[in-house]
Amino acid sequence: MRIFVPLDSAARALGADDVADALAREAKARSLDIHIIRNGTRGMVWLEPLVEIDTPQGRIGYGNVTPDQVPALLDGKLNGLGRVEDIDWFARQTRLTFARCGLIDPLDLDDYQAHGGLVGLRRALTMTKAQIVQEVIDSGLRGRGGAGFPTGIKWKTVAEAEASQKYIVCNADEGDSGTFADRMIIEGDPFQLIEGMVIAGLGVGATRGYVYLRSEYPDAISILTQAVQISRQRGLLGADVLGSGRAFDMEVRTGAGAYVCGEETSLLNSLEGKRGTVRAKPPLPALQGFLGQPTVVNNVISLTTIPVIFERGAQHYADFGLGRSRGTVTLQIAGNVKRGGLFETAFGLTLGEVVNDIGGGTASGRPVKAVQVGGPLGAYMHIDQFHTPMGYEEFDQNGGLIGHAGVVVFDDSVDMLKMARFAMEFCAVESCGKCTPCRIGAVRGVETIDRIAQGDPAAIPLLTDLCETMKDGSLCALGGFTPFPVMSALRNFPDDFATFREAAE
Amino acid sequence: MHSHAPAPTEEEIRGVVAPLASLEGPLLPMLHALQDTWGFVPQVAVPVLADILNLGRAEVHGVISFYHDFRAHPAGRHVLKICRAEACQSMGANALAESTLQKLGIGWHGTTPNGAVTVEPVYCLGMCACAPAAMVDGRVVGRVDDARMDRILAEVGA
Repeated sequence: MRIFVPLDSAARALGADDVADALAREAKARSLDIHIIRNGTRGMVWLEPLVEIDTPQGRIGYGNVTPDQVPALLDGKLNGLGRVEDIDWFARQTRLTFARCGLIDPLDLDDYQAHGGLVGLRRALTMTKAQIVQEVIDSGLRGRGGAGFPTGIKWKTVAEAEASQKYIVCNADEGDSGTFADRMIIEGDPFQLIEGMVIAGLGVGATRGYVYLRSEYPDAISILTQAVQISRQRGLLGADVLGSGRAFDMEVRTGAGAYVCGEETSLLNSLEGKRGTVRAKPPLPALQGFLGQPTVVNNVISLTTIPVIFERGAQHYADFGLGRSRGTVTLQIAGNVKRGGLFETAFGLTLGEVVNDIGGGTASGRPVKAVQVGGPLGAYMHIDQFHTPMGYEEFDQNGGLIGHAGVVVFDDSVDMLKMARFAMEFCAVESCGKCTPCRIGAVRGVETIDRIAQGDPAAIPLLTDLCETMKDGSLCALGGFTPFPVMSALRNFPDDFATFREAAE
Repeated sequence: MHSHAPAPTEEEIRGVVAPLASLEGPLLPMLHALQDTWGFVPQVAVPVLADILNLGRAEVHGVISFYHDFRAHPAGRHVLKICRAEACQSMGANALAESTLQKLGIGWHGTTPNGAVTVEPVYCLGMCACAPAAMVDGRVVGRVDDARMDRILAEVGA
């Protein structure tokens, strides 16, 4: 009997290891022949630890399993959720990038291939560089790290650059609060990232790759490092990729706790062993990136989507989506929400559907007050904006940004002035110090919000002006986008900033 | 973990970092290796790294001090990181952190007098759908409430 217990760090954080231990112990005591497979997560964090038992009817799920429920589970007396694929929250998704995540043993390369793995790479190996780049352009894939820049155009720039050495750098510095898609796919399907990086290397003529993975994700570092070793042993990486005569190899590098290193030029400096300060652009990293050489810097989800595009064809991928947002978005529903987790779906659902319908409203049962979309640099959306469809342009028009598609829900106990202050405080802690609007502006921002809190109405226009300066004058998104949460809090929740009235009364 | 280890010698430091010298961009891997070995980046490593990498001492110091991860001094036997990011705040992380620090009688980055635990803030552990979260020596814990935090503190002997 095959029993699946996730090894994903969110599942482990909720007790999956204890459940796996209890299963092994109980099975031994009963002389039961069971095979425990540690799979990735299906993304339903609200059901973790989600144990699955393989039966002739399919994989039957059991949610929120605790170690003391294990005897009942093995007796068949525990209430199940039915086939995991039939659980409504799961069945409603369009899982392209996350199709294998949770299904397979993440470090079993044969299991990976049995479920469509390496089909995309084998196809790419029959194509020319120009055809590979064109396929990515045709898919309409846009950078999933936050900026939404067309991935194929970036690849084309690198492909056409002349250099003795080019690089593929994967940005796995997923520091945004409310986001965990990168972590989840690396822990649940690491070969997919490796396959995507190899295809990128073939497309632009790069033979070396790096994954810059944040130190806050020790499980992901361990799993990806093992997957890279297995890939070398099995000839997926190295001087002769799958016997093609083409070379590509890669290394996993660990970050050191600096949020700003998620910005691509800071990341490159950090990878080179320097302070993670932002570089002015131009030159673009595509032309002068890692060690001054042409470099593709792509987010984990962009790169893990590449094998899907090559397996199923660019058109298949582009057929999903809304307007200029093609394909699927990997929503990460988080914070004070009843059913949180990773929900992959075509672009186009409205924010309200995501929060209320899929997320089920708040975990606390209180009314939703604000939803921050796109991480610490994303806007706080008001429930009046719940009609906004999930799409890059659609969010932009409503004063927000999709970013890495993290959705953090807050109930009515949140004080938006405090959240605005936190955004400035965070910017001050994490600023790399290179440009003045960010380095000094963030500190002044905290002080100015404190003045508002103390009832000084003159501080509000000052804060607005400061935010304009930060927005226009900062070198990167840290200083440039911190005004998004601050100004959206001020604009959408003015009552929380109306302290001068209270002070006067 | 490493709090009572004696300060390493220059030779010991070279032994840890020299094998990494052939990497492209070797400084961060070297600093991680030092911290993995001794629990902090010893001051005596600065001139050694500067020599191996042909950098100024000030440059090496600048890199070490830029990153939150690298410590100049040993931490307590255990390190407890409590997430302060927005998703955890939405589930009461601020109150959890406050009550934890109060129980231990220390502030952020402080170590309990018995040397058992150092408490640090962290901005996101990727546990945003099971907040609030904390990490104890690399092990993540989700949906941390006061009871679960008390168990963690008992485990680390705080």
